Amino acid sequence: MAAKLKIRVDQDKCQGHARCKSLAPELFELDEFGNAHETGDGSVPASLEDKAWLAQSNCPEIAIEVTEE
Amino acid sequence: MSDSASIMPEHPPVTDWINDFDHTDPVWTEDPFPIWEKLRAASPVVHTERFLGCYMPTTYQAVKEIAYDTEHFSSRRVIVRDVRPEITARAPPITSDPPEHKPAKQILLPPFTPDAMKKLEPRVRAICNELIDEFIAEGKCDAAARYTKHVPVRAIAHMLGIPEKDGDLFIKWIHGILELGIKDDNALMDAVKEMTGYFAGHLEQRKKNPTDDLISTLMKAKDKDGNPLTDEHVLGSLRLLLIAGIDTTWSAIGSSLWHLAKTPADRERLVKEPALMPLAVEELLRAYSPVTMAREVMKETTVSGCPVRPGNMVLLSFPAANRDPAMFPDADKVVIDRKENRHAAFGLGIHRCVGSNLARMEMTVAIEEWLKRIPDFRLDPAGKVTWSEGTVRGPRQLPLLFGTN
Ligand code: HEM
Repeated sequence: MAAKLKIRVDQDKCQGHARCKSLAPELFELDEFGNAHETGDGSVPASLEDKAWLAQSNCPEIAIEVTEE
Repeated sequence: MSDSASIMPEHPPVTDWINDFDHTDPVWTEDPFPIWEKLRAASPVVHTERFLGCYMPTTYQAVKEIAYDTEHFSSRRVIVRDVRPEITARAPPITSDPPEHKPAKQILLPPFTPDAMKKLEPRVRAICNELIDEFIAEGKCDAAARYTKHVPVRAIAHMLGIPEKDGDLFIKWIHGILELGIKDDNALMDAVKEMTGYFAGHLEQRKKNPTDDLISTLMKAKDKDGNPLTDEHVLGSLRLLLIAGIDTTWSAIGSSLWHLAKTPADRERLVKEPALMPLAVEELLRAYSPVTMAREVMKETTVSGCPVRPGNMVLLSFPAANRDPAMFPDADKVVIDRKENRHAAFGLGIHRCVGSNLARMEMTVAIEEWLKRIPDFRLDPAGKVTWSEGTVRGPRQLPLLFGTN
């Protein structure tokens, strides 16, 4: 089986631009201040991999890590 | 009233952009992009003796280094001006540095989340259509005066819980602060005073009859020690929301319509593929970023290898960063479906725009509703497009013709 993607939002870097939430709403949640957190344990369903990379490559603060496990 | 003694002498025209730049020069106001390219080719950081000494980072990297470095670069002054008077009117969080910045910002953030904006969206759609109703039959309009200006004014008035028709007052004050104020201290002070008086009246009303709008939300908010905010703090925040929220979004919507008016291919594509809107809005924000901020140098340091010294201001040009080809391939081209776009139109680091979700929603809705009702439009060759000067750049006259007439 192909490697699965996992995402993590670095809380020290996130400034709440919310670009990830708009591009991949299934993968991110925002707190009351608008800062992003990965949904659940950050596992990316195969059908959402493109969206994970899109969110990663639009974050102005480079706060999203995508890893392959 | 302003007396003329407070107005600084006119700036001499720029002949040497690299060593003597001036972001209020008419050439810059009209078309800054070739100037930025020239400055970027010269150095990642350039300097001018104007404005009592000011640097400008010209690359995305240099802008980012400064935005992230709150130790050497203070936000206590956020507009580059001819004068540097004692600091009196603070406007937290935009004029705050750590550690004061974060608690001041956290008070403002919850009312501006994307979910909160979804609730406001239907009203903004209605505002756009009410505006379009007023001019569509004429077959043409100055879109800056009759459309793009009123969307943010009415939206923020609605959020604050004040009459939408008071918007014309806001526009006058903001002009005094952001444009006249660069060169005329009295114009700035008068505008701040009038604005404060206006909102003080609204606070008094709400002390007697609380409401559930944004003004009351701020009045009920607690600071980091659990105490209610002082009236002064609430008034400062309200001033800031208006100053930061109106010209900026007016400009962003205006530049977007200007681009679409002169670029039929992009316009037709958006009409046919409305699902492209989210990417298109980000690309228009990148290419025509309206907001240039400032910092004051507090301690000697280097930026991208260039020495910078205290006593100088910094013109923090997010718009120039967003045109840096090292960061964005084809930076000077609008690629309406650009996939990778880490643009800095709303800033970088701790001062990220509080209103970014509001501004995006307003832009999206204003462009969508316009395209639904006026899918075909172009610049009116009989008119002239004019641009605002200084800190916030956008069209202030935008004569458009509708249809194929
Ligand atoms: C397209 C429209 C807008 C643009 C391009 C824009 C841009 C910016 C930028 C670049 C900053 C960063 C300032 C810095 O680094 O010093 C900022 C901050 C801010 N903006 Fe906006 N803005 C827009 C609309 C709005 C709106 C609609 C509001 C609210 C109603 C707003 C409220 C604020 C506030 C309160 C700050 C200060 C944040 C802080 O210092 O932490 N802005 N904006």
